[in-house]
Amino acid sequence: MKSFEYTIKDELGIHARPAGMLVKEAKKFASECTITKDGKTKKLTQLMMLMSLGVKQGDTVTVAANGEDEDAAIETLKAFFEANL
Amino acid sequence: MQYFQGKSVYKGIVMGPVAVLKKNDYQVKRARIEDPEAEVKRVKEAVEVSKKQLGRLYDKAVREVGEASAAIFEVHQMMLEDEDYLESMENMIRIELVNAEYAAAATGDNFAEMFAAMDDEYMKARSADVKDISERLVRNLSGEGDNDLSSMEPSIIVADDLSPSETVQMDKEKILAFVTVHGSTNSHTAILARMMNIPALIGVPMDLNSLKTGMMAVVDGFSGQVIFEPEEDVQKETEKRMQEEAEKQKLLEELKGKENITPDGRKINIYANIGSVGDLGYVMENDAGGIGLFRSEFLYLGRNDFPTEEEQFQAYKQAVQTMAGKKVIIRTLDIGADKQVEYFNLGKEENPALGYRAIRICLKQPEIFKAQLRALFRAAVYGNLSVMYPMITSTEEVEKIYAIVAEVEEELKKQEVQYKIPEQGIMIETPAAVMISDRLAEMVDFFSIGTNDLTQYTLAIDRQNEQLDDFYNAHHEAVLRMIRMVVENAHKCGKWAGICGELGADLTLTEQFVRMGVDELSVAPSMILKLRKIVREMKAEE
Repeated sequence: MKSFEYTIKDELGIHARPAGMLVKEAKKFASECTITKDGKTKKLTQLMMLMSLGVKQGDTVTVAANGEDEDAAIETLKAFFEANL
Repeated sequence: MQYFQGKSVYKGIVMGPVAVLKKNDYQVKRARIEDPEAEVKRVKEAVEVSKKQLGRLYDKAVREVGEASAAIFEVHQMMLEDEDYLESMENMIRIELVNAEYAAAATGDNFAEMFAAMDDEYMKARSADVKDISERLVRNLSGEGDNDLSSMEPSIIVADDLSPSETVQMDKEKILAFVTVHGSTNSHTAILARMMNIPALIGVPMDLNSLKTGMMAVVDGFSGQVIFEPEEDVQKETEKRMQEEAEKQKLLEELKGKENITPDGRKINIYANIGSVGDLGYVMENDAGGIGLFRSEFLYLGRNDFPTEEEQFQAYKQAVQTMAGKKVIIRTLDIGADKQVEYFNLGKEENPALGYRAIRICLKQPEIFKAQLRALFRAAVYGNLSVMYPMITSTEEVEKIYAIVAEVEEELKKQEVQYKIPEQGIMIETPAAVMISDRLAEMVDFFSIGTNDLTQYTLAIDRQNEQLDDFYNAHHEAVLRMIRMVVENAHKCGKWAGICGELGADLTLTEQFVRMGVDELSVAPSMILKLRKIVREMKAEE
């Protein structure tokens, strides 16, 4: 399993549009991708559950990937967070 | 043949199929089913149909309002693919043996509640999205079809009432007429009908349940009648009258390219009121001298989040470039009162018309105002743009606006962004502004009189209250005297004054306004040539 921590910079946090884009990214990989905030973990393929975490600006989340293509997944997700969130 | 008498808000006559728009209060019945797998299959099919509809909506929105505003339909599509959402419906069907409609509605309610319970205003508002997709599913399951108007034939829209955000989503080319049970003469449906030059009736006592989409109807905006399933002789008569109207219109078209000048030499500017970049076509078609009122609210309505500065800049730039040097007066944000937008979180008010709206929001939440000003000043480089501030009541408000303008200018300069501070004017739409118009005239470049609000505030009559339509005298002497006073005070300072409310399009007042010295009338594009005809046939000096 690979993971990274990230602190959200976007004013609105993980709102609907980036959440949707994030799910799209995560679905490209066979690995199970997750996001954890305050001990609550959701799969990155669960759009509404992901939104229900209510991740806001300044929150620190842990993003993890577990599976055969986890290296590529983590790299892609990291780039996504940095570019969009 | 069914016949109803309503009240006409815009003249014209048309015949065509009706599209019945019902409010989304589906009474979903719970039923016990025998074959859960068949129900699960129905859900899956309805999900596919819904996704296709949303895909079409997305494409349409990208074309018309840009990618950023369209993204919400993509999010809706993805919500429909959400594993938990789909699983919840399937489980409900398999375990509780309920029908697909019930499972979709109940699941939608559960997820909507989850969002509504979050302590984040933005996420709370997402419950509306979940409800929206669930209602779409239920509609498709119960064979009601798509409620959006992008895939329909040109139709007469029949509804209980229409909100501004509903009309924003409509494909204007496919609307032949509006017929509503409620609504008032000054409602947004009425304004839209005038813009589009199509007949509209309000206060029609019809039963929507007895009407079906696809039924033929005749809407007569001259008599205020609507006839459903007309008999053959009525159809023939209607066709004849439609042809006569088309011929009258043709005569007006001959006035295109001519000046707005009286035979004794008095000129007046006749500009157009528009509500979105999509209306620019009507402006060109009707030969407007400029745009006297560009309602910037359209950028904020019918979406879930604030438009970005870049999005606004692109829209304003497109408007000034299309008008190629002709004046384009853009009114800053006029949200509040009867124009509510969820993400502004304005809250309920006892008296919204007297409440937190327009410039008041902009002065209290300058970050919203600044983004718009930045976009406007950047777009001003590309053409003849003017900015107009609504709902002014005091000189202090104008001073506060100028202080924010100065801050914005400072920022733009520092960032080395190309900009221009354009001509700045104000709306005169409160009795307070009228009374101090001599002092305001010293501070601004022009006045534009908003007669709808000015009349409502002067006569103490709520525009949205249908019961008061009988008391609403659009020609009240108090209002006409105010207009005269404003024009005189503007001229004393060498400034110009126009009218951009519905009164400007009142053909029975045109001569009076020209004689008063009103410099500009800004009206629905469909009225421009009608006004030009009067001006060219009247005498300015009696």
